Amino acid sequence: MDLYQELILEHSRRPHRSGLREPFDAEVHHVNPTCGDEVTIRVELDGDTVRDVSYDALGCSISVASASVLSEQVTGHSVREALEAYNAMRTMLTSRGADPGDEELLGDGVAFAGVAKYPARVKCALLGWTAFTDALARAGIDFAAITSEPVAEKG
Amino acid sequence: MSALTTAAIPTEMSGQPFTDEELVRIRADFPILERTVRDGKPLVYLDSGATSQKPFVVLDAEREFYERHNSAVHRGAHQLSEEGTELYEQARATIASFVGARADEVVFTKNATEGLNLAAYAFSNAATGGGGGIGSRFALGPGDEVLVTEMEHHANLIPWQELTRRTGATLRWVPVTDDGRLDLSDLDALLTERTKVFAFTHASNVLGTVNPARELADRAHSIGALAVLDACQSVPHLPVDVADLGVDLAAWSGHKMLGPLGVGVLWGRPEVLDEMPVFLTGGSMIETVTMEGSTYARVPQKFEAGVPMAAQAIGLGVAAQYLGELGMDRVAAHEEVLCAHLLEALARRPWVRVLGPGAGPERGGTVAFVVDGVHAHDVGQVLDADGVAVRVGHHCAWPLHRRFGVAATTRVTVAAYNTVDEIDTMLASLDRVPGVFGVNI
Repeated sequence: MDLYQELILEHSRRPHRSGLREPFDAEVHHVNPTCGDEVTIRVELDGDTVRDVSYDALGCSISVASASVLSEQVTGHSVREALEAYNAMRTMLTSRGADPGDEELLGDGVAFAGVAKYPARVKCALLGWTAFTDALARAGIDFAAITSEPVAEKG
Repeated sequence: MSALTTAAIPTEMSGQPFTDEELVRIRADFPILERTVRDGKPLVYLDSGATSQKPFVVLDAEREFYERHNSAVHRGAHQLSEEGTELYEQARATIASFVGARADEVVFTKNATEGLNLAAYAFSNAATGGGGGIGSRFALGPGDEVLVTEMEHHANLIPWQELTRRTGATLRWVPVTDDGRLDLSDLDALLTERTKVFAFTHASNVLGTVNPARELADRAHSIGALAVLDACQSVPHLPVDVADLGVDLAAWSGHKMLGPLGVGVLWGRPEVLDEMPVFLTGGSMIETVTMEGSTYARVPQKFEAGVPMAAQAIGLGVAAQYLGELGMDRVAAHEEVLCAHLLEALARRPWVRVLGPGAGPERGGTVAFVVDGVHAHDVGQVLDADGVAVRVGHHCAWPLHRRFGVAATTRVTVAAYNTVDEIDTMLASLDRVPGVFGVNI
């Protein structure tokens, strides 16, 4: 099965940077209503830098691993870079397998390329990332000022 | 009429599970069971609780309606409309006799969800004068109560949540025991003279539990409440006689009983349907119409506004006839064998936890379980890779899953066309799951 890459399984078994930490600028709780997967995400910003993304993910291996990769991939980067990573992830996941993903932007996230062939699982992989952009918005980030691309798509 | 199934069932087999030869012939009636999925794996379809597969005769009936009789039924005097109307009403009579009812007690709806909403909205309309004086018995207000259970599908929960919200009435629920049965120990405190409606499922779509419908209906009637039954997981799987169950209203879906999508049934006792206010209004549900107001047709037309889904209803009539020829006692016996085999096999796997009661006649062909350390979505994905189709998630019964402290379960549901070999294929696939996710068992 091309879905469960070893990297995904490793992240789901031992999620990196997991747990909810203080301080934070915004906290959101998102749910996948079809399966009940839940994620709570906190973001702490330092100017235009994402200082920390902490999370508590309850769900399938795909959604937990995705939150783990998210935290690893965006922490310490500028908000603009984080949004670029989100866009790259979303584009790859909704490409039905046509887009292998940009490893520069996504790091371990490219392991999720196979998820795009399973439409029912795309929401699982996007759950944490969508919650993250919602948290950025609640922390006062003005997406329009950063990028002209639409980013805050509700899951 | 000639037999609908190629599996001619001898009557001396009544109450017996299907033989292997019979199963081969039954399976040949379902074209989809021939197909492969995921790189050539034979389809093992164990998701009939979500929607069942359809035999040729049902597909043919729908197609024949469109090819030969397509028309707006109950309208027009031309020949096609006459034929269409006749077939549509024949289908109603067939479905009625399938559940021991009269034709004019059967209302066609889109599905069970619409049937239950029809009831809830009719009651709601009574609260604002709908149905006139006679409809007032359905009216709810502050101080009144609706009783449901913790094991309901959202379709038999949310309509009542919304009804009580609209009317100011209060929603209460019967809890579920650890072994997945209704906890009736406090029923006297929950079912009181304040209770106007007791809505419960006949068979749980998660636990498989078959509830004592007759006893619950009698308890409801003893304090003057209406009994509303969700029969989605019973009518397709067990012999059901709605009058014997003693309930006032029962709703089920056609697509879960080998019928087409887009048609369901709301059955009601005649005096209840007669007195219930209308829900959807418009064409063909009227008696007279003036600019100032209207009077309404008799049951069942009163509840069937608009041009009905005749092709689907006719297909459903054929599905009921097909199931009747198989014999619902034999369908139930067959599913009990599959279910017992599955439960026994799962009990030998300590890393699997089954929700609901043990095997037996009080358990329908529904088995939901949790795999230690692996989310149900991931279990389902491994099964899917082996061609096995099951349902994963909360199966539209989120409060019930919360009751058992799980976010999601993997659910196997069976139908007349499933085999013990298919259950074994599913089990072999399930045994791969812990390894794929590195869980020690």
